[in-house]
Amino acid sequence: MNAASLIQALRDRFPHAVQAAHSYRGDATVLIGRESLLEVARTLKEDPAFQMSFLMDLTAVDFSAYGKKRSPAFFAHSGVAVKPSPEIPDEEPWPGPPAPARFVVVCHLFSLPLKHRLRIEIPVEEADAEVDSLTSVWASANWLEREVWDMFGIRFHGHPNLKRILMYDEFVGHPLRKDYPVNKRQPLIGPIN
Amino acid sequence: MDPTQTPKSIPGEPETREMLLNVGPAHPSMHGIIRIIAKLDGEQVLDTDVEIGFLHRGFEKMAETVDYNGVMPYTDRLNYVSPLINNVGYCMAVEKLLGLSVPERCHYIRVIVSEISRITDHLTCVGAGAMELGAFSVFLYMIKAREFLWELVEMVTGARLTVSYCRVGGVKGDLPEGFEAQCRHALQETRKVLKEADALLTRNRIFVDRMSGTGKISAEDAISYGITGPFLRGSGVAYDVRKDCPYAVYDRFEFDVPVGTRGDNYDRYLVRMEEMEQSIRIVEQALRDIPPGPVLANPETGRPIPAAEMVDEGKMGRIAGIVDHRAVIDPTLEGAAKSQHGGIEAGEKRVFLPAKEDTYGNIEGLMQHFKLVMYGHGIRPPKGEVYFPVEGANGELGFYVVSDGTGSAYRVRVRPPCFAIMAALPKLLVGDMIADITPTFGSINMIGGELDR
Amino acid sequence: MSEAGFFTTRLDEAVGWARKFSIFQYPFVTACCGMEYMATACSHYDVDRFGAGLPRFSPRQADVLFVVGTISHKMAPVLKRIYDQMAEPKWVVAFGVCTCTGGFYDNYATVMGIDTIIPVDVYIPGCPPRPEYVLDGLMKLQVKIQEHGVSGARSAPESRPAELVR
Ligand code: SF4
Repeated sequence: MNAASLIQALRDRFPHAVQAAHSYRGDATVLIGRESLLEVARTLKEDPAFQMSFLMDLTAVDFSAYGKKRSPAFFAHSGVAVKPSPEIPDEEPWPGPPAPARFVVVCHLFSLPLKHRLRIEIPVEEADAEVDSLTSVWASANWLEREVWDMFGIRFHGHPNLKRILMYDEFVGHPLRKDYPVNKRQPLIGPIN
Repeated sequence: MDPTQTPKSIPGEPETREMLLNVGPAHPSMHGIIRIIAKLDGEQVLDTDVEIGFLHRGFEKMAETVDYNGVMPYTDRLNYVSPLINNVGYCMAVEKLLGLSVPERCHYIRVIVSEISRITDHLTCVGAGAMELGAFSVFLYMIKAREFLWELVEMVTGARLTVSYCRVGGVKGDLPEGFEAQCRHALQETRKVLKEADALLTRNRIFVDRMSGTGKISAEDAISYGITGPFLRGSGVAYDVRKDCPYAVYDRFEFDVPVGTRGDNYDRYLVRMEEMEQSIRIVEQALRDIPPGPVLANPETGRPIPAAEMVDEGKMGRIAGIVDHRAVIDPTLEGAAKSQHGGIEAGEKRVFLPAKEDTYGNIEGLMQHFKLVMYGHGIRPPKGEVYFPVEGANGELGFYVVSDGTGSAYRVRVRPPCFAIMAALPKLLVGDMIADITPTFGSINMIGGELDR
Repeated sequence: MSEAGFFTTRLDEAVGWARKFSIFQYPFVTACCGMEYMATACSHYDVDRFGAGLPRFSPRQADVLFVVGTISHKMAPVLKRIYDQMAEPKWVVAFGVCTCTGGFYDNYATVMGIDTIIPVDVYIPGCPPRPEYVLDGLMKLQVKIQEHGVSGARSAPESRPAELVR
């Protein structure tokens, strides 16, 4: 299925769960409310129309600094114009980050039999940063969700072993959040430098 | 006995107790830093816990702080055995974001260097795996072959390992003169080594006994764990990004995707050996078909001119066709004497870094370079998000890039192929003997930089 | 010069000579530099010519600790422990710019130079250093070993200049 028909099929199936959709640069993307995540995920995996056998990637984006990065006004007009290549469909512009949620959990799915890809995005509020765990659907979600917890501090409801994976237990904070300074070190031994 | 059951002591028999064994993070048979905590019953592994993250270097955070071209050196160090594939993957993701297409010749060059990298990666993996089983000579042979290929890589990129060869919108330099001959020679040598290794390993009793039947995983499990690449193909699933979602010009080449049947270490070894052969095939086809770069020499005289002369010509206003001249740079900039770059870089001048000859040789090139590397200038893709997968040496290597329209990426995420395989490690090890940890771990080809980023 | 002094210096020289050609190294390989380390150790460049061909995979049997590759804060306690387990006399080689200064990974996860945790004798910068650099570093280390002497305490590694310590 191509991006447009994939999105349409998903909209037909889950008229309430799909909050928004776009296919920027040919990548089919749907925005899903977190209540219906598990249901949608199961269907995507098992339904013969989708057959998303792979959860390729699960990550998150912290949109709290989006659009706030200052680029020097002096240079505001240099840079690159966009000239989409004819090979890449560019009908739809990117709608921008799904405000007002701070985080977005992003899953990339791939169907081996049907060879299509889909990106699911789940907006997550900072105050209640918790999503249902996908470990019961795809085994690959296990470590990926641990990494998202480690790096962003988003909890996954129903995860069997949600603990830090890349950082050490003594580490305080979540380094990929935009408010974590890039070189704030918390050494286990040795000086802070 | 069901390995997942805790053994009960039978009356009259000596009591059985489980033992915890901690392997790593610095362990000689682990060519990487991870920690495996294995629960053992005698020699049998009942359960394992795997700890990673010892090489976490904050790639994703660093990528947010530098500009788009500045991420390139960091991508080199993700999978440091096949850095060129990472370069290609990242560049193609940013190009997709920009909606930029690169010239044909550039695609071919990218294919050639990716395949060479794939061979070096598989050579290292098979060699190191064999070494850990005691076949040290195979390792030496494989490193010998890798040395030939690295010399080739050095010839093209100027570095052996941390190459930073690709640029958004092209590659750093064209293939050097004499590349084709040397490449064919290196491939020939590699073939010889592969033959030798094949003779030493494939029917070697010790090797086969230790590899076959260990580290088994079924196709369903492998898919559920998100495993891709040679590891998945060893389990009999013919998924290869190069075939199924072809990028660059992979759809033009003839090559087979080898698959195993049993999903054990031995099958994965066979798959890797065959893949090297297929990669050699691809490189040979690419060398045959590669279109010439359009710009080669001074169209009038047909001779290369020294850069200084070119500058003088320019100063005197004789600029007709000057960008088509092939400038020869002063020997102090050794290695920079390459032809102009029309054939390998995108037409959009605001995207790619100019050739070094241009940067040093004329004011336009200098300004172009300057505009691209100055803080606040540089590439500014439109707002958006893309995911681009390429076939890495270990499986699908995906880059997910989010742009907020400024000069540096808002978020760069790598989908590391061996992360998924490592997550399945407990599953692979349970029920095997403790000595089987070594071949199984070897066949994963865990690369710390990619796993922990 | 007294008789004893003469003999001690001769003995020092002999022991130093013997030591510098029988380097038992412990490769603490973590990252990309390990690839170049492998290339150096294998037949093409062959560190065996310098008597350093035999890696010992137990710190207790090694005299030279090769720290090869980035050290993260998670790994730092492990490195320190391995260093402490080595018997005197011992030397440390920082292989690659990551171990020398932290390199371009100036972020929350990495140690900015292993000399903030353990003393270092020879720094081999480069990202990764070419095998030729490594051999050069190895020769520098041999000079240092030669000068070490039997009785003399190891020359204390210089601490970082104050302006480099943040
Ligand atoms: S110095 Fe460079 S090559 Fe060596 S470990 Fe650090 S990043 Fe990797």
